[in-house]
Amino acid sequence: MLKIVVCVKAVPDPKKACDIKIDPKTKTLLRCDVPMVINPLDKHALEAALQIKATGEAYITVLSMGPPNAGAIVKECLALGADKGILLSDAAFGGADAFATAYTLAMGVQKNGAADVVLCGMASSDGATEWVGPEMAVMLDMPVVTMVREIVAHNNEAWEVKAALENGYRHMKVRLPAVFTVTRDLNTPRTLSFSGIIKARKKEITQWGLDDLGVPAEKVGLKGSPTIVTEMRAVENTRTVEFMEGTREEKAEQLVQKLAEVGVL
Amino acid sequence: MMENANPVWVIADQENCNLLPVTLQLVGKARSLADDLGVSVEVVLLGDGVEAQADNLFGAGADRVYLGNDPELANYHPDVYTDVIVGLAEVQEPQIVLLGSTSMGRELAPLVAARLKTGLTAHCIDLCINKDKILEQVIPAYGGEITIVCPERKPQMATVAQGVFPLPVPDEGRTNEIVPVEGPFQHKGRVEILEVVMEEPEGIPLDSAACVLAGGAGAGDHNGWDLIARLAKELGAGLGCTRPAVDEGWAELETMIGQSGKMVSPETYLGIGLSGEQQHMVGIAGAKTMVAVNNDRKSPVFNQVDFGVVDDCREFLPVLLEKIREYREKQASC
Ligand SMILES: Cc1cc2nc3c(=O)[nH]c(=O)nc-3n(C[C@H](O)[C@H](O)[C@H](O)COP(=O)(O)OP(=O)(O)OC[C@H]3O[C@@H](n4cnc5c(N)ncnc54)[C@H](O)[C@@H]3O)c2cc1C
Ligand SMILES: Nc1ncnc2c1ncn2[C@@H]1O[C@H](COP(=O)(O)O)[C@@H](O)[C@H]1O
Repeated sequence: MLKIVVCVKAVPDPKKACDIKIDPKTKTLLRCDVPMVINPLDKHALEAALQIKATGEAYITVLSMGPPNAGAIVKECLALGADKGILLSDAAFGGADAFATAYTLAMGVQKNGAADVVLCGMASSDGATEWVGPEMAVMLDMPVVTMVREIVAHNNEAWEVKAALENGYRHMKVRLPAVFTVTRDLNTPRTLSFSGIIKARKKEITQWGLDDLGVPAEKVGLKGSPTIVTEMRAVENTRTVEFMEGTREEKAEQLVQKLAEVGVL
Repeated sequence: MMENANPVWVIADQENCNLLPVTLQLVGKARSLADDLGVSVEVVLLGDGVEAQADNLFGAGADRVYLGNDPELANYHPDVYTDVIVGLAEVQEPQIVLLGSTSMGRELAPLVAARLKTGLTAHCIDLCINKDKILEQVIPAYGGEITIVCPERKPQMATVAQGVFPLPVPDEGRTNEIVPVEGPFQHKGRVEILEVVMEEPEGIPLDSAACVLAGGAGAGDHNGWDLIARLAKELGAGLGCTRPAVDEGWAELETMIGQSGKMVSPETYLGIGLSGEQQHMVGIAGAKTMVAVNNDRKSPVFNQVDFGVVDDCREFLPVLLEKIREYREKQASC
């Protein structure tokens, strides 16, 4: 049976992201007031796993590192059809950069037992480094393909995928175990069903902290992060806006005039 | 004892044996960082038939090029390229390593960083050396900019999008050195590249468009997006977008403008239904005229443009398209 681990991150709802501010003292993000959702691209990663499971034998574990309330998104993944949910949560994990995040997740994958496939989103909507998938791959000594947009063929030994390039794609064959990061072109994620929610009620979420992973505190969270934020600045605005005023027609006419003056029309 | 004399590195990115502009831009930037540190600039150039490109790297400011020229290196291969670069870096110990935020760089940078157990900053918009001789890496975040450093571990690694730094003026008279990188270049057999296929991009290329129009979440749905696309066509503008437009499936990722997308430098920029978040706005460099259409007069986007229209874009664009048609007719008749 193919063992798939899907890494899902709880992110502040991107639709409300403007409300997030940086804490001037700790220099981490204050994300308290924004509701947490599944990172949009991670839904595509989960969907890929669910589709594989629909065509053969697979066991899907969802893995997330985050604050205790990230358990809600793990639960949501269970309701969508994942078999097992793991939340890596510990005060020591806080403030992690991509490197420390990848390390902690890799330790989670290892503790969970041998994985054949690890799926990630290409990027998270709040971190957006794109680093976590490839860095985990190195730490797990697995190959990685980023930006997978199509799974051409798959079996328990190897996957054949197409991965996006700026103007084109790479067609690759990858021996398992392997890490893949996916783009939104890969599939259309399913939505929650009532029966899924009922079934998920019976599924437990496993929560692991620092001691469960058995790793030193220096290697996780802020302490385990090679990069640190040192400074924050507001950006000055250098332009002054002139509004087009009047009725809709008048505004359009004025804008046409402006566009003609600058040579666009 | 010598001060830290470790070099500044750039990993070159090439397509069909031609350097990508971002590589030369990074070498130019590396030159100024290296001058501040009093060290040399070294470039790792991998490919097959790329030896002629070394001169361009020297002209841009490189002192030394590590040249891996081999059929096995023709295409970027994650395992092979990572092994070569990590192998060299462990011996040469660069203090800084820069890569372009290209398809290759975005995958290769974290592979190299994780192997070297060091930090990596994504999509920087500025780089400089501080008084402690540490690399300050600037990225936009949450309405402003933040500075990131990697003070304890080396190398300090960053990726930068094409167009963030200018192309350096070629300087012919530099002394320089080519160091061949010897094979064999073997991969572990885990990843096999069956084919690399290039596709023609659709529409007006964003990088070179004189007018760029970007649409955002305010489009509302596919119909709203179609209006924005029609306006772009009507104006002969390159059509870009913000991230929500990609997330909603209205626009392709390749057309996203900003920190983690494309950098553009048009004469005129129009932003429709977008809020002017830093991560998007940093992608627009040096536009003479900036215009925004947004239904919220208080939207921060209006602090960053010259002309503003407060209106629902879904209602306003049809009227604007009509007025453009009328204007064109009038021009044609006189
Ligand atoms: C690390 C990181 C990197 C990122 N990189 C990028 C990047 O490269 N590019 C990018 O674009 N984003 C990027 N983002 C996301 C970015 O922060 C913003 O979330 C995004 O740019 C917002 O897009 P928007 O303005 O379209 O949407 P919103 O911020 O939701 O704004 C929509 C705007 O439309 C207006 N509006 C709503 N309805 C209408 C209507 N009917 N008519 C007119 N106006 C309307 C609203 O008033 C609002 O101002 C990144 C984020 C992070 C954390
Ligand atoms: N805290 C986290 N928990 C689980 N998965 C994560 C976490 N952070 C990042 N990821 C995974 O890594 C991908 C890329 O994230 P990033 O490197 O932050 O852009 C995401 O789409 C997730 O699949």
